[in-house]
Amino acid sequence: MRKTLLFLAVALIASAMVFAGGSSESDSTVVKIGVFEPASGDNGAGGKQETLGIQYANSLTPTVMIGDTEYSVELVIADNESSNDRAASAAATLVNAGASVVLGSYGSGVSIAGSDTFRVAGVPAIGITCTNPQVTEGNTHYFRICYLDPFQGTVLANYAYNELGARKVYCLAKLGDDYSGGLVNYFVEQFTALGGEVVSETFPDGNSDFTSYIANAKNGGCEVFFSPVSTEAAQLIINQADSQGLGMPILAGDTWDSNVILQAALGKDVDITVTTFYPEGADPEFDAAFKEWVNADSTRLANNGGDDTISAVTAMGYDAYYFALQAIQNAGSTDPADIMEALWTTEIDGVTGHIALEQVNGDAIRNTVYVKHANTTTGGWDALPAVVVD
Amino acid sequence: MADFFQQNLSYFLSGISVGGQYALIAIGYTMVYGILRLINFAHGDVFMCAGLMMVYFSSALPFTLSIPAVLVLTLLLGFIIERVAYKPLRSAPRMSVMISAIGVSYLLQNAALYFTGGLAKVYPEIPVLSKSIQIAGATTRVVTIITPFLTIILVVLLSLLIKHTKMGMAMRAVSRDFETSQLMGIKINKVISMTFMLGSLLAAVASFLYFTNYASVTPTSGSMPGLKAFVAAVFGGIGSIPGAVIGAFIIGICENIIKGGASIFGIPGSGWTTFSDAFTFAFLIVVLIVRPTGLFGEKSVDKV
Amino acid sequence: MDREKRNHLIRLFVAIAAVYIFITILEFTLRPTSIVFTVLRKGAIYSLVAVSMNLLNGFTGLFSLGQAGFMLLGAYTYAILTMPLSVKQSERVYKYYDCIVQFDTGVFIGLIAAGLVAAFFAFLIGLPVLRLKSDYLAIATLGFAEIIRAIFQWDVLGPLTNGANLLREFKDLSRITIPFTDIPFPPTLFVFIVVGISILLIVLLINSSYGRAFKAIRDDETAAEAMGINLFRHKELSFVISSFFAGISGALLAMFQYTVQAQQFRTVLTYEILLIVVIGGIGSISGSCIASFLYIALSEWWLRGLDMGTFLGIEAPDLFRSGFRRLVFSVIIMVIVLFFSRGIMGDKELSYERFRNGIRRLVPGRRAR
Repeated sequence: MRKTLLFLAVALIASAMVFAGGSSESDSTVVKIGVFEPASGDNGAGGKQETLGIQYANSLTPTVMIGDTEYSVELVIADNESSNDRAASAAATLVNAGASVVLGSYGSGVSIAGSDTFRVAGVPAIGITCTNPQVTEGNTHYFRICYLDPFQGTVLANYAYNELGARKVYCLAKLGDDYSGGLVNYFVEQFTALGGEVVSETFPDGNSDFTSYIANAKNGGCEVFFSPVSTEAAQLIINQADSQGLGMPILAGDTWDSNVILQAALGKDVDITVTTFYPEGADPEFDAAFKEWVNADSTRLANNGGDDTISAVTAMGYDAYYFALQAIQNAGSTDPADIMEALWTTEIDGVTGHIALEQVNGDAIRNTVYVKHANTTTGGWDALPAVVVD
Repeated sequence: MADFFQQNLSYFLSGISVGGQYALIAIGYTMVYGILRLINFAHGDVFMCAGLMMVYFSSALPFTLSIPAVLVLTLLLGFIIERVAYKPLRSAPRMSVMISAIGVSYLLQNAALYFTGGLAKVYPEIPVLSKSIQIAGATTRVVTIITPFLTIILVVLLSLLIKHTKMGMAMRAVSRDFETSQLMGIKINKVISMTFMLGSLLAAVASFLYFTNYASVTPTSGSMPGLKAFVAAVFGGIGSIPGAVIGAFIIGICENIIKGGASIFGIPGSGWTTFSDAFTFAFLIVVLIVRPTGLFGEKSVDKV
Repeated sequence: MDREKRNHLIRLFVAIAAVYIFITILEFTLRPTSIVFTVLRKGAIYSLVAVSMNLLNGFTGLFSLGQAGFMLLGAYTYAILTMPLSVKQSERVYKYYDCIVQFDTGVFIGLIAAGLVAAFFAFLIGLPVLRLKSDYLAIATLGFAEIIRAIFQWDVLGPLTNGANLLREFKDLSRITIPFTDIPFPPTLFVFIVVGISILLIVLLINSSYGRAFKAIRDDETAAEAMGINLFRHKELSFVISSFFAGISGALLAMFQYTVQAQQFRTVLTYEILLIVVIGGIGSISGSCIASFLYIALSEWWLRGLDMGTFLGIEAPDLFRSGFRRLVFSVIIMVIVLFFSRGIMGDKELSYERFRNGIRRLVPGRRAR
């Protein structure tokens, strides 16, 4: 009896789902943009903020003109769970839902892992804040609107050597993480070229005890702690750096530009400097309007980490949306292949600066890195002079 | 020598403190195994849930209320898990119960994933525990110092309870011979529930100490400490409480020495930190092969 | 051969042929990006690894939790061997290391090698651990899987494994061709062929005298030993064969998701497969296959809506948010484990007779027999 019931239940669910799950063919005046971002896992906090930027832009401009027809833009959001093995199936979900172009992801590893699914399906993808060169290298379907790690790593190394005057740096990356591993690698290259010395270590997935790494940095006589890891690990590092008395500046890349870091550092004895894509205050109009939008809804506020601080990734997500719209308009079609073609020559003036792509890998041509310092008494960012490289 | 010790004090301190926290979790494993012959895979996740509860309670209640609330609810959680997921399978093969344990672990992790939205939650700072102090030149937190002492006090209390109370006697009887003790009129289900509740209570205490040190809770925070505590229990001889405690301290210290290897022994080259988790398992396998009963375990006889 | 048996074989053959014809038709009619293909491919791959785990847990009675480790060995072996030499020499994949494997092989050799490497390591690991009893064996194999994962992430082996970084651009499902031509091989059909052959081999093994010895060990070790079965040799054989196929399924998984990284082969993967075996019924090959397809279809397709705001037409973004799918899923699993502990098939196999009887029971009018 039980077995019959089980069979019946399974059959019922299955038949119901076949209809529910089947991708509903959309009507002809809708263009779908896939949002390939993490909403959970290591990079969940950042992914949510980047998605907010896209959603905000979509709320301002929900339509696009293709030829003479007005198409409404529908966002299809899939959570890649910050995990390289889930990335492929999230990407497949987007492709199956009929996305014409995909935006994302926060985090280089998932972008690389999802890349081939987009390649096979012939759907173009626009990387928003994935900085590892491997994302776009050697392919024609992945584009990117941010700067790259060789650039960021060099800037950071110069900053540590010249501005902070460090001669020995402790570098900590997460094992198997393309973002932190890559950035540390380029940092080390430049820093040793300048004549500095580095101690480089990695921590495994799921590690939450950083006290020994902090002790290693102290005992090794290092002067700067460079750790461009996920915000999740960053919280722990900040906390333990405070309780262990790290006593040296912490330097990190764009991931640390998040209110998660500010909240963790508030009232602690830590000295944190980060590089980023966009400093709050650069475009007051955008800032004010976005803050109003975020504060209007408790879910949005929660997704932004509980306050209305503007993360650089949000501004980048906002720009990415308009970049995609421009490409769709230029292509004059919702066909992924046409959009892929049009992306190469698309240009816009975004809140994070002018965006145009170079013609080899489809990376953005950027020359400015913004530098911020965490203020542990006010819980905000203090802007430092931006670094412009020619 | 003194110099060496002075310089590396912070590794030993964190090793001892994390060892104490593993010990409190390991006791839960070892007691349950002693009685039910079940590896309670969900125990590490109960520990994680205690951490999450604290995060949510402390935002609404003062510590004087939230700490007891977490203790009581974790105890209840342990009780409920046993009643719902293990009791119905009492006569089923051992493999089914273990699979059920894996299922519970999966469920707890996914529930935590859903309620936290998959993001790390910042653990509150418990006033006395999270203060920084200086010891012989090494900066650390009060919790690091308190942990080993608190662990030892709790273990002594537990041993007294097991040696001298009626319930403790019943526990020992059940772990010695399940069926005979049932015939002798011991209420098996009561004893088993008690075991789970004690184990969960200690896991809750461990969660206060552990998460004060490593201030964030994620849905998978419990799995690694859980596995390591289990290894500690095996090393000490599963079923033996002092064994589990000693095993836990050894694992905690070794793990931190590996992480600090490059600095302590001056071994050049990185990469050894990759093995800080794997080491625990290598250790386990060696123990299982060389001395399957562990340090203090009793030899079991297979009955045909 | 009696009539009953011959009929059975013919029916089986027809059913299998029908499946393959169906897959081929799908390949040429559906959009290649359809989610149906994702479900079919991943479902088939999980079937193979579930069946290989069932061979150990269900047929030999060895409670092993090392499957993820052997899949990792297979996946890496395949990826490293079949990655074209030009890619290895370029900076694209081996960015921080110089690859020391200066040759590449075809898909077939890659797959076989994947199985062999996994089997070889299983042989070595089996020597000490197979002497352990039930739950100690489980925890020891789990430990070995974790150690294998750590070794593959080790910096020092970087020139071989690319450290802990992703491997890609090997001969994945989008790059396989029909032998001696440049025509792309239909990917889903390829997966089904490899999985089909592998499962067929396992079924033949189980029905051989070795299979009977395995079952004897499962049912009663002491009695089996008394009957003259060499316990250790048979356990080792079962462990090695199971790992061989786990290695092949790891290679297929790498082909399916286009990239491979040691990080993904965590204990959770083994748990997932174990739960599939339990849902299908411990000791039932067809049960494992059915459960795999159901599991994958539910998690990748039918229940996706639970994560994305709309489910069965109900829109509730606050309830159906990220993670809800997995919560619902684990509740279903707990219900199965507690109330239907024999799973879908118990230890029986799917057959025409059972199917016919099942239909009869469901349709009351035809009950008279």
